[in-house]
Amino acid sequence: MTAPMPVSLTVNGEQVDTHVLPRLNLADFLREHLQLTGTHVGCEHGVCGACTVRVNGDIVRSCLLLAVQAHGATVETIEGLSDSGEIADLQSAFRNRNALQCGFCTPGMLMAAQDLLKHKPAPDREQIREHLSGNYCRCTGYQAIVDAVEATVRLRNASPQGGQAS
Amino acid sequence: MKASAFAYARATSVGNALELLVAHGDGAKVLSGGQSLMPAMNLRLLAPEILVDIGDLAELRGIERKGDVLRIGALTRHVDLLKSVEIAAHAPLLTQAIAHVAHPAIRNKGTLGGSLAHADPASELPACVLALNATIIVRGPAGERRIAAEEFFTGIYETALSPQELLVAVEMPVAQQDSMHFFHEFARRHGDYAIVGIAAQAAVQGGVFRDLRIAFFAVGDRPMLAAAAARLINVAVTPQMLADASTALGEQLDPQEDQQASPAMRRHLAKVLLARCVSALLGRPDLAGISA
Repeated sequence: MTAPMPVSLTVNGEQVDTHVLPRLNLADFLREHLQLTGTHVGCEHGVCGACTVRVNGDIVRSCLLLAVQAHGATVETIEGLSDSGEIADLQSAFRNRNALQCGFCTPGMLMAAQDLLKHKPAPDREQIREHLSGNYCRCTGYQAIVDAVEATVRLRNASPQGGQAS
Repeated sequence: MKASAFAYARATSVGNALELLVAHGDGAKVLSGGQSLMPAMNLRLLAPEILVDIGDLAELRGIERKGDVLRIGALTRHVDLLKSVEIAAHAPLLTQAIAHVAHPAIRNKGTLGGSLAHADPASELPACVLALNATIIVRGPAGERRIAAEEFFTGIYETALSPQELLVAVEMPVAQQDSMHFFHEFARRHGDYAIVGIAAQAAVQGGVFRDLRIAFFAVGDRPMLAAAAARLINVAVTPQMLADASTALGEQLDPQEDQQASPAMRRHLAKVLLARCVSALLGRPDLAGISA
């Protein structure tokens, strides 16, 4: 049973049917098998948050999930959220506020921030910090990131449609 | 790092999971949410021959109240506990504690049963089930066993579970009208492992404890009930009684040394938490600063 196993899942709206080794985690599967390299691999033990993706609508650590466990799941990566325009405003706020420097943590930060805004449309700074507490940034610092999320909150709540579709 | 190679089997029922565990013995590990198991495997601290994935077993999921008993399926995720109206009403200690367990992305996968079976002495939920006087329900080839939380945790990452058994559910008494709870932990950052933490469940009538269970975590090789709590039941607590209880607590605890804190610091913080807990539960600000 250490041989490759069949898995079928949806990634960013596309059906994927393939075989993987049990030990392959979802992050490596996305990066190396599907060439979706926006999902970053940092600590590989669930601490840094760089590998955060959405599985069945919930954000998870893709380094702590086996690809075989994602059988039957709907996976969305930063490429999916980016291409659909779901987080265009958040991305633009990150640019405007210099909320990224090297960009390594950014996909995970965007995933976690969008997750917060989906569940809580008007979080305060403390709630933003708490929700992003599982994502590490090693260069820009957190102030600008929290600023960017806060700016997006204001923008989405100001526009009549509640901002970008989510 | 990456996990070393292993085989993988997706259990189709509890019976099937048990068959797999019996067949593979010590070489098998149960995969639930994987939020503790996968890090340990990626760090090569663990290298099981086979993972038995119980993630599809819907029968192990869910929260149900039957009379005075609250039953929580082992696969119930942290996020489900956090958002559950039933838990908030009948075991609010858990609602409060869960918010301190790691981060949202971890809570979306991590499960109650997984956390208890992993038995990390610094984690919140084992201490909560001790304070809540819960019963851990496990199933094995010989049938079902019900284990009191106090008997379940036996050491660092060690429990009363045998390699052939599966933790299936947790049962606890529902909170009564006079029930009160207290939870607090000291940690460097939100979501980090606690340096010292406390989880307490009490019955208070007329300013007197009728029952009091205080569990500490990150103070030893397993979560621990403070024996000194018994001194505070059915008496009008005086500062001297609390100071004596605090001394007794310090003698009972045998905290470990690590990069976060020395044993003396942990002992001190545990005493601080004891005083805050008793003071908060009794609504007695005069007791807040009392520690031996």
